[in-house]
This record gives sequence, C-alpha cells and structure tokens, in this order.
Amino acid sequence: MTEVATATRTTADHAWFSEQVESTLPELYGAAARLCRSRADAEDLVAESLTKAWQGLPSLRRREAFRCWVLQIVANTYFSQYRRARTGPEIDNVGADAADFSLFERLHQPILLWWGNPEQEFLNGLLREDLQRALDQLPAQYRTVVVLVDIQEMRYRDVADCLEIPVGTVRSRLARGRGLLQQHLWQHALQAGLRPDGTDEGETP
Amino acid sequence: MTHLEIQNCEDALRVLAEHLDQELDEHLDRQLLEHLDSCRSCYSRSEFDRRLKAQVKDLGREPVPGTVVDRVHELLREFALPPIV
Repeated sequence: MTEVATATRTTADHAWFSEQVESTLPELYGAAARLCRSRADAEDLVAESLTKAWQGLPSLRRREAFRCWVLQIVANTYFSQYRRARTGPEIDNVGADAADFSLFERLHQPILLWWGNPEQEFLNGLLREDLQRALDQLPAQYRTVVVLVDIQEMRYRDVADCLEIPVGTVRSRLARGRGLLQQHLWQHALQAGLRPDGTDEGETP
Repeated sequence: MTHLEIQNCEDALRVLAEHLDQELDEHLDRQLLEHLDSCRSCYSRSEFDRRLKAQVKDLGREPVPGTVVDRVHELLREFALPPIV
C-alpha cells in the first residue's frame, strides 16, 4: 500500500473517517451493487473506493462533503475499471429516441382492456427483481445517473460535479436512462402476456 | 428553464421529471402543481412516475452482506496501522 501523504492524517482523522464510513456504508454498498450488478464486484468496488478515500483524505477540504466525495470516488473507480475492461464504442448516443418513452402512456390506453386502472395494477404487480433487471440492463453511463439521482437522491448539480459532466448531460442521460428502463419493463410485460391490443387474454406463451 | 410557462399538458410533462426530482424552481413548480390539480390525466401520469421512482429508490435498500462489513472493518484497522501520526 502506498504511503503517500500519510503524515497528514492523524488518529483523530482515522476516528472521524471510520465513523463516516460506518454511517455511509449502506448507501455506498447500495450504489456499488447497482453499478456493478454483482455482489462480489460491489464488495471489491467498495473496498477499493474506501482505500482511495483514505489515501486521498487530506485533499478533502470540506468534510461535510464526505458523502458526495466518497460516492464520486465509487462512481469514478467504477468507470475507470469499466473503461479498462471495455472495448468498442461509447454508447452515449444509445437511447436518444427512448428519452420520450412513457410506460404510463402505453398502459393508459382506452384500448387496453384490463382492470379499472391498468397503470396502478402494473405497479402493484411489478416485481423487485424485474425492476432490478431493467435497471441492470441500462448502459453504464445512464445507469450511473439513474442510480445517483433516484437511489442516492443526489441533486443534478452534485451528480454533474461527481461525474465531471455538464448538468445538461445529466438531464439527457437521466431522461434516456428512465426511458430505456420503462421500455424494458414494457417489453417484459408484453412477453409476460400483457395484450396491448385488448384481444383475448390468452395463456402466457 | 426559468422562462417557461406551463400552459398545457405538453409543457407540464416536459418539466414533470424535474418536479419529481425536486429540481424545479419555485415559480414553475407552483404552476405545475396548479396544472396537476386541474388535469386528471397529468395527475395520473405524475402519480405513476412518482411511484415508479420510489420503487427504483427501494432497489438501493439492500442489506450490506456480512462479508462486506467484515472486509470494511478489516480495512479500517489496516488504515489505523503506522505510519499514522
């Protein structure tokens, strides 16, 4: 392990850092799990990020910003591994046409002869594992923004700072990510037997 | 976005996500709420998107596995070793 800058960290720093890690760990792990999509990788990501955070602690000027700062390290560590592992083009243009997709609009059709309130029924029946699969299928750039905004409840401005991208890019990735997520859910519902043409209910194929 | 006025459903839906993310400025937010009060269709869409967002948020509530807690505690102990001052 590197010994860079160790002289600038004290036992008081260590106590403070440990306390912060304890209180943010559920969030860190939740974010890492949804970014990595696997428990083992999420565990490694958390460990690597915390090591970087401890080494970089002297560079943290505003200690009240710890949570955002450490989430930024998680996101950046994830992205640097992702870039190393990945070949092929960036996918920032994927899903441009999905940004306007609305699951509600698909479900809320007079032609859709379901129960009284198809969109409520849909949400009531939506399984956690199906939603998780839909989120996990998103391209990493979009998934990251959706995770940071919807799961970590970060402000657009903070996400932009964290990922070092403009706020406008946060908005567009968020819209595309949510659109794609809803498309996945819609396609899954169709495969599971939802009949958008209102014809006979039929058996699930 | 601050120069927008919400005059119809299209305007409302354009800013709905930012309303749910609590990113809209107060002026537009108030206008949107007035629209949602009077438009059943947009209100239903808003409630649907709000519930879906809440269900996505729940995906982050995953118990931290014991192996992760143990590994983090071990790391913190390693960090405490000299050459700390």
